[in-house]
Amino acid sequence: MSFSISLTVNGTPREVTLEDARVTLLDLLRERLDLPGTKKGCDRGQCGACTVLVNGRRINSCLALAVTLDGAEVTTIEGLADGDHLHPVQAAFIAHDGFQCGYCTPGQIMSAVGLIAEGQAGCDADRIREGMSGNLCRCAAYHGITEAVLDASRRMGTDTEGAAA
Amino acid sequence: MSDTRPPASRFGSNSGQSFTRRDGIAKVTGTATFAADNHPDGLLYAVYVPATIARGRVSHLDVAAAKAHPGVAEVITPANRPMLDGDPESKGFMFAFRFEALQDNTVRYANQPIALVLGETLEAATEGARLLNPQYEALPARVGLNGDTPYKVEVGSFGRPGQTVYGDVAAGHAAAVQSVDLTYETPEQYHNAMETHAVVAEWQGDHVTLDMPNQAIVMSRGAYGYYFGIPPENVLIRSPYLGGGFGSKAIPNGPTVLAILAARMTGRPVKLMLRRDQMFGPVGHRGATRQRLRLGIDAGAKMTVLDHESLATTSTFDDFVESAANASQGLYAAGALRSAQYGVRVDAGTPGPMRAPGEASGSAALECAIDEMAEKAGLDPLEFRLRNYAETEPGTGLPYSSKALRECYLRGAERFGWSKRPMQPGQMRDEAGMLVGWGMGTALFHAPMFAAKARAVLRPDGTGLVETAAADMGQGAWTALAQIAADSLGLPLDQVEFRSGSSDLPDGGVAGGSGHTATAGGALHAAGSDAVRRLADIATADPASPLFGAGNAGVTARDGRFFVIDDDSRSESYADIIARAGGTEVVGTGSAARTPEDAGHHAMYSHGAVFAEVKVDPELYQMRVTRLVGAFAAGRIINPKLAESQLMGGMIWGISFALHEEARFDKRTGRIMNADFAGYHIPVNADVSGLEVITIHEDDAHVNALGIKGVGEIGVVGTVGAIGNAIRHATGHRIRRFPIRIEDLLHAALG
Repeated sequence: MSFSISLTVNGTPREVTLEDARVTLLDLLRERLDLPGTKKGCDRGQCGACTVLVNGRRINSCLALAVTLDGAEVTTIEGLADGDHLHPVQAAFIAHDGFQCGYCTPGQIMSAVGLIAEGQAGCDADRIREGMSGNLCRCAAYHGITEAVLDASRRMGTDTEGAAA
Repeated sequence: MSDTRPPASRFGSNSGQSFTRRDGIAKVTGTATFAADNHPDGLLYAVYVPATIARGRVSHLDVAAAKAHPGVAEVITPANRPMLDGDPESKGFMFAFRFEALQDNTVRYANQPIALVLGETLEAATEGARLLNPQYEALPARVGLNGDTPYKVEVGSFGRPGQTVYGDVAAGHAAAVQSVDLTYETPEQYHNAMETHAVVAEWQGDHVTLDMPNQAIVMSRGAYGYYFGIPPENVLIRSPYLGGGFGSKAIPNGPTVLAILAARMTGRPVKLMLRRDQMFGPVGHRGATRQRLRLGIDAGAKMTVLDHESLATTSTFDDFVESAANASQGLYAAGALRSAQYGVRVDAGTPGPMRAPGEASGSAALECAIDEMAEKAGLDPLEFRLRNYAETEPGTGLPYSSKALRECYLRGAERFGWSKRPMQPGQMRDEAGMLVGWGMGTALFHAPMFAAKARAVLRPDGTGLVETAAADMGQGAWTALAQIAADSLGLPLDQVEFRSGSSDLPDGGVAGGSGHTATAGGALHAAGSDAVRRLADIATADPASPLFGAGNAGVTARDGRFFVIDDDSRSESYADIIARAGGTEVVGTGSAARTPEDAGHHAMYSHGAVFAEVKVDPELYQMRVTRLVGAFAAGRIINPKLAESQLMGGMIWGISFALHEEARFDKRTGRIMNADFAGYHIPVNADVSGLEVITIHEDDAHVNALGIKGVGEIGVVGTVGAIGNAIRHATGHRIRRFPIRIEDLLHAALG
């Protein structure tokens, strides 16, 4: 039995026919849609490496079955920059050395983008540390990650207090 | 994009500048290609089936059920596995480990591969693996440090001595006016790089291309060539980025060899990516240790003896005994010094090198013991360490190539505010009523070099190209090595192309032992210098050049030009020189390795001092590290920003060792009970705040031509002890088992 779904991935409409209901959004992106920027770290929602935005919210794409996402709008790390112009969070991760090996980085960045968009970051380092704690980094670039998210949050003009959940 | 630019002013040198990572844009845009991101046409997905017992044999696999599942292409078991040319039980080359590649039905530890399933999709292969439904004949598992009879280690990991004695240990014990006799334990730890081990293997005739994360790219060609009966040059390993390595990605393992074999067997490319739970078994770990430290001091609180014994777990079928006791070599002056290692065989995978192998576990115990001795002597821990400061290497008497440890102690202590530390434990509380404690530890890590080669080209347009098969697992090799190469070529960094991470390039050596920048960097420096020398020869011999007659030694290279020394008005660009000489690129080659003579004349180490503040809830005993100041002296630092990041990462590994990480084995089954990130805890962002790194410059004329030591591992060392000592200082309780857990403190408090 096959399943047909429509997705908008990084702004591009994609018609996807799945021969298998077991396919996760993560494996759909990586193995079928040629978008391997999203990374697999644990495949069970414990590390955050696979974080993407679905309809603007952060999710672990390894925990979402693709067939449940008909009509969804998906943003991955590949869809963040505007051509050669990096997203402020991407630029901040480079400037503050918020990564070493770079493997968890797509998930960290997507998580940070979601965090800022949801008004959860502000300019409070402790809140950012807490909000980014679903994204593990074994190189332990946490100092740079926190600095990068703080910086990007300020640049994106979300440093007014409030808007907290 | 302006944030990605280097500082405007270079002061004539690329080295020493905090350039942002050259691979930064690729890594933040998701375009950096890690091994499992590759997807050749006709790909088959491999899933390996892990043993769910720790000892015994597989009695049945339901191969028919697996093969009947739609999309399952092949099932490989010991019954149909094609022969390997090199026996996985042999140790056919240097650093070879024994491993399981379906040579028989034996199970030696939980999670070893017992079958490999290939599918047209990952989902089909995964389901096929489940359907195999293995049956076993299980034997009782031998688990933990008491699992079997210990044996004495004569040759330890990496050929280090298993038993080392300097001076008269019995006399040292007898001469002590005060002494301590202490036992500490550390657990099994698993590397758990965020990128699990992965390979995409594709054969063409008797040539194979392997996309895989690899810390020893050129050396590994020979290893895979050995197992598959082909010359090393028929193996192409592409490893541009590693998603972390920490020591686990240098040595072939069973699942990877099976995936390569499966690709040859089926004639199709095969991708294997280990599941997270499969990282707990066939790809190495840090063995558990039990360490006994006996220290004695004279009336002046100088150590008469430092006697360190270590027992560590290894597998039943191979030897890798964590050289924990060797951590007491090279650091403190003592009248007599003994390091003795013992091993115990358990039903687990073979341990291997894991970030600061030996030093991390050994220092955890040593630095706590030093504090316990200092406390007994009634001395401040820093004062005690300074009284036992070694001016030459203990035992050998060799001079240090450089040793700014005293500066590390003093600068770190000043930054931390150590002088305000009360001697007695339990004296400090914060405004919220938390118990506050301060502790310290000394860090030591050897400064090795391996062997590497490199090639450097000055191109007709005056730009440079440099090549060496280096490995960047996050240290910043793409950036720091290019900085060294650019300096050797007399070019700005953005004028130099760097090719790396592929086995068809000159051998960049092993990314391990904190020696990669020194080694690969040394080779690049030599190659670049060779190219510059050749071009200078051409220019100074050419009557048409303004440099004519200045002689090779009479010119200096910078910013893509030669200048006559002391006469900047006489200069010429590389491009003009090459154009007049016929427009042919100029090629230099170089290599680097430490000669035995150099190694024999000096003791070579990086040093550091780590100061920790912890806060402990007085009722719940929840512990948090609230400040960590590390001062490190590691020779010449090529890129301060990247070095600081690496040192911080190491210090957070120290937090992890002290408070988080531990694989817990079920004593009945021998299986690891917490083989995932929900159960195997590593620090998250919220566990880390108040981190500071100070680097102390050392000019070291002996360690290598560039004066480079290493920073990759030393951050772990010293930090664990500092945190353990801080918890003692906060609570008055000394916990001698890592990680320190809430229940340990509760037990100590409640008796």
